[in-house]
Amino acid sequence: MTAAPVPVIRIQAEDFDVAAEIARLTEGNADVGAVVTFTGLCRDEGGRLAALELEHYPGMAEAEICRIAAEAMRRWPLLGLTAIHRHGMIPPGDDIVLVVAASTHRQAAFEAASFLMDFLKSRAPFWKKEHRADGFEGSWVDAREADDQAALRWRRR
Amino acid sequence: MTKLVYFAWVRERIGKSEENVSLPAGIETLADLLSWLRGRGEEYESALLRPEVIRVAIDKEHVGHGDAIGGAREIALFPPMTGG
Repeated sequence: MTAAPVPVIRIQAEDFDVAAEIARLTEGNADVGAVVTFTGLCRDEGGRLAALELEHYPGMAEAEICRIAAEAMRRWPLLGLTAIHRHGMIPPGDDIVLVVAASTHRQAAFEAASFLMDFLKSRAPFWKKEHRADGFEGSWVDAREADDQAALRWRRR
Repeated sequence: MTKLVYFAWVRERIGKSEENVSLPAGIETLADLLSWLRGRGEEYESALLRPEVIRVAIDKEHVGHGDAIGGAREIALFPPMTGG
């Protein structure tokens, strides 16, 4: 039994390579029997949006996702966990966020990836501003009550 | 001096991303800070009109409005988060 893996957390402007991030968790680790990835992309909202601008709180964004990832490592027997969140101007169709969870069996990887995304949405300091295709000033995206509810479902009974 | 940092529409309405302030005596909790800031001018009033929606972090960790400021070096005020 090797030591528990350290989650990989990156906040970056550039895009990520999903296949490379999966390989990082699986190469040389034949105990991995399940990898779940979640990729969040920018929508164009029916042609209305030219881009989303992602603002973040440098330092706290990394720290908060690290705290959420550490909690996921405590809750599930994971063999690897990666979270990458982009910032800056992101056009429709481009990636915003990636979570990769690896475990021996599928349930831990599915649940940990879902847990990480639910808490990331309600607790990681990122804010989306819409840039409209028609050139008018866009507005800040409102937080969704459903996202807070999604995080609450992980409360331990 | 305490560093205050602002994000998203809180930053836009206040018109700056950060500032250093000397907190007057009697400002003990984040709720005290928010109500003191609201009295500093129209831009603060407009940013903090509904203080209950404002999220607060001390030294890059989430805290509640009732928490003490203590020896905070950096206090961040921002709207509910919309990443992911």
